[in-house]
Amino acid sequence: MTNSINDLLARHTLIFTIVVVIFSLFITFFSEPYGNGLISTSFVKTLGKTVCLCIIALAMDVVWGYCGILSLGHFAFFGLGGYMIGMWLMYERTAIIVQEAATNELLPLTETELSNAIGNQIFGVVGGYDIPSIWMFADSLGLQLILVIAVPGILAFIFGWLAFRSRVTGVYLSILTQALTLALSLYLFQNDSGLRGNNGLSGLQNIPGIEYLGQEIISIGFFWASCIFLIFIFLLFHSLMKSKFGLIITSIRDNETRVRFLGYNVEIYKLFIFVLTAIISSIAGALYYPQAGIINPAELAPIASIYLAVWVAIGGRGKLYGAIIGAAFVSLFSSWFTGGQAPDIPLGIFTIEWVNWWTVLLGFGFVIITIFSENGIIGFLRNIFVKEK
Amino acid sequence: MKIKFYIIFLYAFFINLPAIAHHNEFNIFLIENSENIIKSSAKTVDSILRDVQSFDDEIVSKFLELWKSKSLYYIKDTKQVVIVNDNNESFDAIEIDGFTRIGNYSKKEIKKIKPNSGVRAKIDSLLVKYQISNSDINVRRKSLDSLKRNIQPEHLAVLQDAYINESDAELKTAIDRLLKFAIIKYSDSNDKKLEIIESFKGDTAIEIRASLNQLLNSSEVKVGISLPDNKNIARVIVPGFTIKNSNGTSGTTNFFNEDVEISINDAYDKLYANNLVYKKRVTPEELKKILEQNTIGDTIGGYSISSLDNEQSRIAAYNKLVVNNLAPPFISENKINEEVNKFIFYSVYNDTSSEVTNAALNTLASINFRVQIYKYIDLFIDGLSLASIYFLGAIGLAITFGVMRVINMAHGEFIMMGAYTGYVVQQFISNHTLSLLVALPLAFIITFIAGVIMERLVIRHLYRKPLDTLLATFGISIALQQIAKNIFGTQARPLTSPSWLDGSLSLSDDLSISYIRIAIFILSLIFLGLLLFVMNRTRLGLETRAVTQNPVMASNMGINPERINMLTFGFGSGIAGIAGIAIGLFSKVTSELGSEYIVQSFMTVVVGGVGNIWGTLAGASLIGFLQKFIEWFNPSNTLAAQTYMIIFIILFIQFRPKGIVALKGRAADD
Repeated sequence: MTNSINDLLARHTLIFTIVVVIFSLFITFFSEPYGNGLISTSFVKTLGKTVCLCIIALAMDVVWGYCGILSLGHFAFFGLGGYMIGMWLMYERTAIIVQEAATNELLPLTETELSNAIGNQIFGVVGGYDIPSIWMFADSLGLQLILVIAVPGILAFIFGWLAFRSRVTGVYLSILTQALTLALSLYLFQNDSGLRGNNGLSGLQNIPGIEYLGQEIISIGFFWASCIFLIFIFLLFHSLMKSKFGLIITSIRDNETRVRFLGYNVEIYKLFIFVLTAIISSIAGALYYPQAGIINPAELAPIASIYLAVWVAIGGRGKLYGAIIGAAFVSLFSSWFTGGQAPDIPLGIFTIEWVNWWTVLLGFGFVIITIFSENGIIGFLRNIFVKEK
Repeated sequence: MKIKFYIIFLYAFFINLPAIAHHNEFNIFLIENSENIIKSSAKTVDSILRDVQSFDDEIVSKFLELWKSKSLYYIKDTKQVVIVNDNNESFDAIEIDGFTRIGNYSKKEIKKIKPNSGVRAKIDSLLVKYQISNSDINVRRKSLDSLKRNIQPEHLAVLQDAYINESDAELKTAIDRLLKFAIIKYSDSNDKKLEIIESFKGDTAIEIRASLNQLLNSSEVKVGISLPDNKNIARVIVPGFTIKNSNGTSGTTNFFNEDVEISINDAYDKLYANNLVYKKRVTPEELKKILEQNTIGDTIGGYSISSLDNEQSRIAAYNKLVVNNLAPPFISENKINEEVNKFIFYSVYNDTSSEVTNAALNTLASINFRVQIYKYIDLFIDGLSLASIYFLGAIGLAITFGVMRVINMAHGEFIMMGAYTGYVVQQFISNHTLSLLVALPLAFIITFIAGVIMERLVIRHLYRKPLDTLLATFGISIALQQIAKNIFGTQARPLTSPSWLDGSLSLSDDLSISYIRIAIFILSLIFLGLLLFVMNRTRLGLETRAVTQNPVMASNMGINPERINMLTFGFGSGIAGIAGIAIGLFSKVTSELGSEYIVQSFMTVVVGGVGNIWGTLAGASLIGFLQKFIEWFNPSNTLAAQTYMIIFIILFIQFRPKGIVALKGRAADD
């Protein structure tokens, strides 16, 4: 066998596509609406969410594994995407509810009455009824979808431009991105941020206009959308990283100064990758949160972004499928262990309850992987494979 | 018993003959006025209160006191005013002087005298005169306190007399101050008022501010066709446009304050309430209600219901109803504006003299200036203590980062370990001072060992890979946090400070510093001194600085960088442990204690510049003061302050990427 598993997968993106499609079909044929219902709707949602996490892990892998920027802020972009789509979901749904309630009244609502009623419904919990100006596009899906791309894109552009221009690199950059994430989540925690503060946005699983379809069908729809987007992003990044552009990106990771001396404008390349991955993270978030149903500022906390880096590191950075394996593996295991489904291990006088000890295992396991296998699980497997050969 | 009573009676009779004579006269007075005392009203009480003053002070004050406190009774038959001894089944009626027993009556024969509140207030103000000149200092003090709460114009003269007669110096100043407030409030003489207001300049006591503000109170909005000439106008109000400034003048709306004092609609309602316009404004809600009441089939006033989804068509339909006399006329927005513009809205000061109010404004401004200075001092102290905390949290990080270029994400967890050490020690040593003295070195030792273990097991393998170190230490961080959660639970544990650290140093009404802040400030000063000593005066410090500046050269000179790295890491972690105790003293100890400070600590290091104690100090000061400064603009919102501070730091790094105190030389290129 001349090709390692690694090369096989890397060369044949077709195989990846086929695997994902077969996986999706498999899930669909065992789902509640289209199959025998072996796989519950909630599990379909979990899988759909995991696929979204794989997408953001891909983005993280490109920005960190390929370009060498350890961004501790990409989950913030993910959350921002969720907020942007959540605004439309919540506004439209509330508008429908308000209008339904208004049919009992004699007079049709005026625009002011409608907006007051919507404002009261949405912002009553934070003691307000005025709809903040940042919600001005919330009644239009198209505009709000543009915001999903524009808001994180512009934020990443400004931040990246400032940071790369003054050549902030390495751990300094990581700390700065972490600071940015903290600033964003603290801002969203405020009640007067205009995004319902601590309460976040909720009821996002109800898609206005197609509620009659039911959650079991909507969840399959989102699952497919996530899978298709995953394939698309995989192909995009794969071709991008194989191109000359990708070579320059990896060269920047390996020795930024030399690439600069060769006459490339390193900052532009880094900025492009930073903004691109931020936008993709945001779109992944926009797919994730309608499946999760709720978003609040805690989702954007700095620790989430660090976990993202952990997934990629465990899976194996610098390899696209490494990121996917890491994200899928760790996030599914995490929910399995912390969900209380994993069997506890009795040790005579002491019982290991996984709900409490999983994080400890994850933390130390991660340390061991970082020390002994720089390229995560993928690197570990490859080492074994090479030795056997 | 009876004999004793008799003797006292005899004694009183012989020794105090004139008093008895007075008592007799007083009894006659009571009998003459019994009707009005029993059924007193605010009108009739004045004459009694005037006449009663001709009697002996002691008996009068006793009588007033009893009357006010509803302790007087009267015998129904004779209308005699008495006091009683309650014997459960019956009353012993006694004359007010307390000596002469009149007889035993059943409860039905005697009734309580209940003066109404208006009467009681009048009695009270006369009573004050007797109490404030009482020979007992406690009575005087008490009456002064009750006067402070409720001072009336008639007390002016009483206070003036009391001030002259008062012998106690402390009480005399208190009376003086109260007298001044009374004069400001009630005196007719503007000169006196001006003099007093002038004397208040610079005195920041809260009651003085309250008294001046009362003088300048002008909350009521008045309206008229033109401004009255004889009133002391505080401000002219433009409805829907002007705001009320804190000093009573009017200002224009601005970015920070968008609330106008009175909206145009409210202004119109005020005109209607004052009978200046005759048509009532129809609110949108009323309009909707009337429309709904006049539904005929699918139409209202000839308009189909479904078309009434905007203001204009609703008003049009309503006007149709008005034409048919089904509804009161609608006042259009233009009409409301027009009517409101015909009148002038203004507010007047309580005090009628503009000279006095101007002086009060002046004095208040000077007081506020001083208060503002106190606030600045307070802000400075707040910033100083926050900076101390950040310094303590960050200095250990700065050392490890500076020497080893290692970002230790688990630093926060070392802080947490220190805090829990303090908590555990307190469980064994109940004396808080002693336990603190034990906990401080113990926390250092424990976290020092933990740091050394971590360095040997993890960090050592990851040199030259700073990003990997960052993530590996993060793994340790989440594991340690979870372990702490498993051991101590999720609820917060108290780390109680010794009692001598409770309380605060009070410097004025507006300025007090809690001792714990001072202690933390001193602790961080001690640390600063200690670190400066270690780094600049010891062999270890010399070697550490050498490794910081150039590790290869240092190892060429015979320094073992491995050993230095290990010791530095342990040392930095140990300091985190002590910082943990300091932080735990003023906030609850939880497993997340460390992570709350970690990002700020990182930023302190990054802003300050790595590997330099002074840099960390500068960074901590900048961040601490900046955060408090931003909070000061919007005190209700610390979250926003942190957000803006972080944005500031991100921008700051643009201009000084290497921090405030940048490393110079070849080492700086890393």
